[in-house]
Amino acid sequence: MIEGLNPGFILIFGALLVPFTGGIVRSILLLALPVLALTQIYTLGLGTWGHYEFLGLSIELTRIDPLARIFGTVFCLASFMGMIYAMHVKDTIQHFVALIYMGSAIGAVFAGDMVTLFVFWELTAISSVFLIWASRTERAYKAGMRYLIIQVSSGVILLGGIILYYQETGSIAFNYIGLTGLASGLILLAFGIKSAFPFLHNWMQDAYPEATVTGTVILSAFTTKLAIYTLARAFPGTDILIPIGAAMTVYPIFFAVLENDLRRVLAYSLNNQLGYMVVGVGIGTELSINGTAAHAFAHIMYKSLLFMSMGAVLFRTGTIKASELGGLYKSMPVTMVFCIIGAMSIAAFPLTGGFVSKAMIQSAAADGGLVVIWLIMLFASAGVMDHSGIKVPFFTFFAHDSGIRVKEAPMNMLIAMGFAAFFCIGIGVFPGLLYQLLPYAPTYEPYTASHVITSLQLLFFAMLAFALLMRYKIYPPELRSTNLDFDWFYRVPLKWLALAIGRLILVVWNWVLGIANDIVYSVINTTEKTHGDGKALARTTTSSTAVMIIVAVLGFMIVFFYRFVQQPPAS
Amino acid sequence: MSKPDDEKKYWLDEPKNIDKVFYAVLVLCALVAVPDVLSLFNILYHKHIEFEFENIFEFYSLYGLVCYVGLVLIAKKLRKVLMRDEDYYD
Repeated sequence: MIEGLNPGFILIFGALLVPFTGGIVRSILLLALPVLALTQIYTLGLGTWGHYEFLGLSIELTRIDPLARIFGTVFCLASFMGMIYAMHVKDTIQHFVALIYMGSAIGAVFAGDMVTLFVFWELTAISSVFLIWASRTERAYKAGMRYLIIQVSSGVILLGGIILYYQETGSIAFNYIGLTGLASGLILLAFGIKSAFPFLHNWMQDAYPEATVTGTVILSAFTTKLAIYTLARAFPGTDILIPIGAAMTVYPIFFAVLENDLRRVLAYSLNNQLGYMVVGVGIGTELSINGTAAHAFAHIMYKSLLFMSMGAVLFRTGTIKASELGGLYKSMPVTMVFCIIGAMSIAAFPLTGGFVSKAMIQSAAADGGLVVIWLIMLFASAGVMDHSGIKVPFFTFFAHDSGIRVKEAPMNMLIAMGFAAFFCIGIGVFPGLLYQLLPYAPTYEPYTASHVITSLQLLFFAMLAFALLMRYKIYPPELRSTNLDFDWFYRVPLKWLALAIGRLILVVWNWVLGIANDIVYSVINTTEKTHGDGKALARTTTSSTAVMIIVAVLGFMIVFFYRFVQQPPAS
Repeated sequence: MSKPDDEKKYWLDEPKNIDKVFYAVLVLCALVAVPDVLSLFNILYHKHIEFEFENIFEFYSLYGLVCYVGLVLIAKKLRKVLMRDEDYYD
């Protein structure tokens, strides 16, 4: 292997082999590439490689430090898991773009400079949209288009920020930036779009639920966590991120409660989980950055598990609408168990991944005396218990029996879910293994009597609330619906405005075209009148007549000049 | 329970078993609420706190219950404003 090769390239180059393989060979290739990339990360160890001078810029293709390593590690694991889950898919395009997408996300994490980061950043956007379009529906096509516009905009804003930053500092090294001016503001905005900050978030809830069964699982793991990594790298301790993150934990949960499409519920819940990580970056202490990294790791596992279980339900039943599902525990019991493990993990039950990771951020907020933020995050934790902890498994596998009878999920899907469930519980039971990977020395002890008891109190009483609300028929029923979110502004009024401007341009254009036509016609008409067939200037005459006219004109001129023009007096 | 079989009667199909689940949740809540009662008398359990208000009796239990109900009720109100037909954007 090339010395210091960025592990991301292994997946990207490997993708180029995909079209030339088939059957079992391709399956082996798809599974081997993430393993090779993971091996590359740990063979290289910590350090930097691949230094080049390019147009006066210092390129650093590979940089492995503890912060990059934990994200790179979980990305490799998620790639492996995603590929097992997608093993039954026969679509070459999906395999190809999935590898490019995962490889570029891993490449971006290990990029040492911002130009390399930018290239991988854009590559994740362009490759991932094909996972949405692979659904091959009209809705998916449109949602993918909106997704692509927003993702590429993020890249363009990032490029603008990098250029300004280079002019200010003369460096493109990707390290701490901090919010200081326009350049860093643009970079933060670019990262914010991909992290799904409030009001910049709708691309995710819009596009992820439209992707293929396997595409959504893969999409959910990389783009947003890559953005969280870049925030943790460049903007730790940036105060504005604390309220932004807190808003992110709360805003999406109301929509998650109302939403009927369960993959969209999970997209909202993903958004809410990113909020905790953004708060962790904003606090910026060693504990909170550790918390963000650990939470990203655990989150990828349980969120993938939830998306995989809902994907399996969609794959078998053909629908993912809560209003049409129910009673599936009878026909998909194994999927149900995995879904509940994911649900308990996201809700942060003791002995699951969420319990040992989220608490670090919560604790860091308390250490900083951030009472309001702390209370908001605790409120959001009760909210998570609702939409992901209870709603997703309850309305799919229990509730009223929909009468749907299907087969259990395919074996490859069950293996992939088992892999994720293994990590969800493994992290919860042996948090020390995850803590070893953290960017700073771990100091947090999750299993104190107080932490376990207070968590259980919060979660069980939230469950009691649900039981009471169901029993007394207060809980809102699942309805086929669209709930207006911030994207309404660009999908309705802005679209209307754009169409109106388009119509206005058409009117002006037609008007200008009309006037120009009139001018051209009048020129043609005038010419027609004088030079047209049989008209004065186009008439043919005999040569004798022509000679007569010339003689007459000459004669007239002679007489005229002789009679009226005086000779100048001779001097 | 692993075979899809419409003839088979499942435990949860019995309405009175759903009541049992409800009572089980009540019991679980009662169990996790016990430590706060014990801590009133300083027996066995001492809550490790960061903020003063965490010492309120059953703070976490009440906070979980109230937040959850509040969230659902607010969401229900929001639904009146935000809900449209499924094909609203199509």
